[in-house]
Amino acid sequence: MIEFHLDGGTGVAPYKQLIQQVRRALRLGLLSEGDQLPTVKDVVAKVAINPNTVLKAYRELEYEGLVAARPGVGTFVRRTLADPSLAAHQPLREELRAWVAKARAAGLDTDSIEDLFVTTVHTPTEESK
Amino acid sequence: MTRPALRAEGLTKRYGRRVALSGCTLAVPTARVTGLVGPNGAGKTTLLQMAVGMLPPTAGTIEVLGARPASGAAQLAKVGFVAQDTPVYSGLSVADHLRFGAHTNPRWDHGLAQDRIAQLGLDPAQKAGKLSGGQRAQLALTLALAKRPDLLVLDEPVASLDPMARREFLKSLMAHTAEHGTSVILSSHLVSDLERVCDYLIVLVDSQVRVAGDVDELMGSHHRLTGARRDRAGLPGGVDVIEESHTDRQSTFIVRSTVPIDDPSLDAGGLSLEDLVLAYMSKPGRETTR
Repeated sequence: MIEFHLDGGTGVAPYKQLIQQVRRALRLGLLSEGDQLPTVKDVVAKVAINPNTVLKAYRELEYEGLVAARPGVGTFVRRTLADPSLAAHQPLREELRAWVAKARAAGLDTDSIEDLFVTTVHTPTEESK
Repeated sequence: MTRPALRAEGLTKRYGRRVALSGCTLAVPTARVTGLVGPNGAGKTTLLQMAVGMLPPTAGTIEVLGARPASGAAQLAKVGFVAQDTPVYSGLSVADHLRFGAHTNPRWDHGLAQDRIAQLGLDPAQKAGKLSGGQRAQLALTLALAKRPDLLVLDEPVASLDPMARREFLKSLMAHTAEHGTSVILSSHLVSDLERVCDYLIVLVDSQVRVAGDVDELMGSHHRLTGARRDRAGLPGGVDVIEESHTDRQSTFIVRSTVPIDDPSLDAGGLSLEDLVLAYMSKPGRETTR
């Protein structure tokens, strides 16, 4: 079982924060297949958060196929995010290293590289629209 | 849309020459927790008191759960109200309050009231005047919840509470909402109180509704844009500027846009709910409702 928390003032909608926390737990292996997510009532009573927010987060996770709701029982993890994405980390890191070297050769300092990376990650791409 | 919890059209309240609420048009959805936010004196209390039938409108109409506020015993039983500073009778004991609630409310849920008092660790024999601020607020909330209302209206319920009592109060309120699907409208002059509990928001400034909408939709459609100095004509089409500020080099805009901003000369970022509300509060008066 995981516990949720909310960061105020981040500009990230509360339901998105819950989704991010479940995904992170899945990636880190804190949650695996068959594990139950806290019930809406539990989350609400612990975090002082709107129940619709929790439902919305769970619906979205369900839509992504990460969890499944069993009516009257609870919401359970269907698959984990850990394995496939962990395997992809190493080759991606290699490519990123090569890219960073290229950026340095082009005269960018660490701050500029970070800025470029962060803005690129957060720029909506054609596929994500 | 199903029947709204509260619907107002051109709702206006004047006290003599002073306008407390001016031409307010709203539809608050049911089964949601709606935050009514605005500076002190914006008209929040006036709107809420009209919703529960304590004040008649000067002009316009207001409907709560499809009927005129306080139009009969059935309507009164459907709406729970916790007034500002969560008043209780200081000379009466906790148990007296519950007995009083049972006598005056046809839908009174005594089991719920007793369970809550036990959970809160309140002594039924204790005089309400001897309770702490947080306990008094919880007692007032218990009376309103045990009424089993379809709509619960709370005026600044946590304003005078310390952070711990505030959190406990909101937890109680949310747990009840999760279980019973009650519609809730609560006001606050602090956005931070409302951020986590509300999924619908109304910003009231200078007796007018500045913006109203689903919280996630509001957060998803508002952006902070920064870039090289320009006037608002230099912004992509279809964005509505809420607030702008300029230095000699840089311009910052807070905008509402339903389409993603993909102008590479602008850095687009999200906005916290508090910043969003503050932007509307500082915007010169003009009604923008959805």
